[in-house]
Amino acid sequence: MELLNYVYPNDIHAHWSLMIVIYPYITGVVAGAFIVSALAHVFHVKALQPVAKFALIFALSWALFVTAPLLNHLGHPERALNMLFTPNFVGPSMMSGFGYIYMSYSILLIFEILVIYRYELTVMKQSMSGAKRLLYDLLTLGTNDATQESRKRDHKVAFVLAAIGIPLACTLHGYVGFIFGAVKSVDWWFTPLMPIIFLLSASVSGIAGMILFYIGIKKITGKIHEIPTETIKTMVQLLWAFFIFDFLFEMIEIAVHAYGGTEGWHVIKAALSGPLYFSFWTMQVKILSVIPFIALMILSLKNVSRNTLLLVAPIVSFMLLAQVLFMRWNVVIGGQVMAKSERGFAVFHPQFWEKEGIAVTIVMLVAPIVTLWVLSKIFPLWESKIDKEF
Amino acid sequence: MEIDQGFIDKDRRGFIEKVLRGSLKGSLLLLIPMHSDLFAQVLNEEKDKIISLIDPKDTRKNYAFMVDVGACIGCGSCCVADRKENHVPEGSYRTWVERYVIDIYNTVYVDAPNGGEDGYTHMREDIKEPIKNAFYVPKLCNMCQEPSCVQVCPVAATFKTPDGFVLVDSTHCVACGYCVQACPYGVRFINNETHTADKCTWCYHRVSKGKLPACVNACPTGARKFGDLNDPNSEVAKIYNSKKILKVLKKQLGNEPVLYYLGANEEVI
Repeated sequence: MELLNYVYPNDIHAHWSLMIVIYPYITGVVAGAFIVSALAHVFHVKALQPVAKFALIFALSWALFVTAPLLNHLGHPERALNMLFTPNFVGPSMMSGFGYIYMSYSILLIFEILVIYRYELTVMKQSMSGAKRLLYDLLTLGTNDATQESRKRDHKVAFVLAAIGIPLACTLHGYVGFIFGAVKSVDWWFTPLMPIIFLLSASVSGIAGMILFYIGIKKITGKIHEIPTETIKTMVQLLWAFFIFDFLFEMIEIAVHAYGGTEGWHVIKAALSGPLYFSFWTMQVKILSVIPFIALMILSLKNVSRNTLLLVAPIVSFMLLAQVLFMRWNVVIGGQVMAKSERGFAVFHPQFWEKEGIAVTIVMLVAPIVTLWVLSKIFPLWESKIDKEF
Repeated sequence: MEIDQGFIDKDRRGFIEKVLRGSLKGSLLLLIPMHSDLFAQVLNEEKDKIISLIDPKDTRKNYAFMVDVGACIGCGSCCVADRKENHVPEGSYRTWVERYVIDIYNTVYVDAPNGGEDGYTHMREDIKEPIKNAFYVPKLCNMCQEPSCVQVCPVAATFKTPDGFVLVDSTHCVACGYCVQACPYGVRFINNETHTADKCTWCYHRVSKGKLPACVNACPTGARKFGDLNDPNSEVAKIYNSKKILKVLKKQLGNEPVLYYLGANEEVI
């Protein structure tokens, strides 16, 4: 089919902007990081214990910014709570449950953190006074109980919370995939694989983010020798495992579309060889999937030296973080570029300085990192002596 | 009535307390779901009165919109009338008219500069091959019986009226744009003045007063038709019940539109 570029007049410009690209991105990092902490807390993966606490704080620092791009995108952000007060459960609208799921997850995450840290903060606050003491009193909910029994109780509660958290974190992100996967008017989105791909890519971005920041922070603070090789190795293997399935499903989706060869595929094919060629084939698939895939395979299966591991793992992680960002772009913007007229492409040209532009996007992606730094001043990120005693 | 200001001043605390208690108790009534005998009684007493107010014919209305592709001359009067009637901001379109040109090699050329609002006064000059067919296709809300936009709206700001009109409550819409994505026909947009979702309503405000939609009223050739399929004397019912072939757009999506096209080619999407 030859596309002679006719687009319905209301659809000439993509309406969902960069904000909707980074919203699933941020949500994905949150869900992925939580899975690492759950593996440590629920499944007792020993090698992941050193990053178990870091995973939670990392998840929280991103979770706090999930709604920022959404609120910036809404035409009436002051009415955002309508989503909680008058949710459309009759439709049902796939978006209307998001407020509830995100809220439940955030509350659970905060309680999980407070419970996990309670004993340590209680011990820490003994030597504090003034405002700092007040803050720690607040975070420990006023308790001074530092007995071993209370610690055991904390661990039980944390175990239960983390166990509930796993399906909730999966729901949170699988659900974001559903928001796109349920739109039948856009062939590029309308696939049952969409929630699965979103979930897997979320795990990839979360684990990759943790590897990058774990090694990065340790390097900057000059404590890289503290990183156990086993921990990084396990995280790299975990990343590879998730990425195998992520990449597999991304390619299966295209393959099934292509083999089916429906009318929708003709539009998708034209877009993938036209406006999306660079961002999909060149970036998402060739550079940012194939290269990390091979690198992760070698790191996971071969006995590479510690230095190689610590050098290559963050680079690969960075590439995969970029891969997931490109994937979000290709889904969100790509789906809108493939115009509903089936005869052409819509356009999307983000400006640097505009309400939903590039500058704001960068700020929203940097804000969680700054938040992580602030939170690290309050919550000790790494496994302490106290943790090891228990 | 004289208000004892002195009393209020003296016992301000007590007064505020009473007000607060009263409102707390009152709000409790809203929270507790009650089986209201009183309401049932009132309903029963007023039943006959309420029924007599409803015109039995009204409940049997089955509105439909028809576009006679062969009759459209692409003058754009409908678009002008619509923009004026509904105060549609420039750059957005509640309705538009597409021009289809098909050459002898079956290449389909479609355009709609400014939504066809200025009328098609010039031929397309970029088509080199001989042309075998050309026609205009007006587009507007399909008023789906299974509307995707209503399904996806997270806050239930867009809804279907009992008589089948899909409308937007602009005082409740958050403008997330999900409906804009979900509409297969591209008829929705975010109004850049109200910052809410907007779309063609088939001039619900006019129809509910017994008038025709503004675009139907403005059409000089009768290409746009509106009426009640349950009224056998209406033009739409006569066409609907005739042997003429009607087409709806993107039927495979299952939205069940009630905007019908008469004489629309296969190429019309």
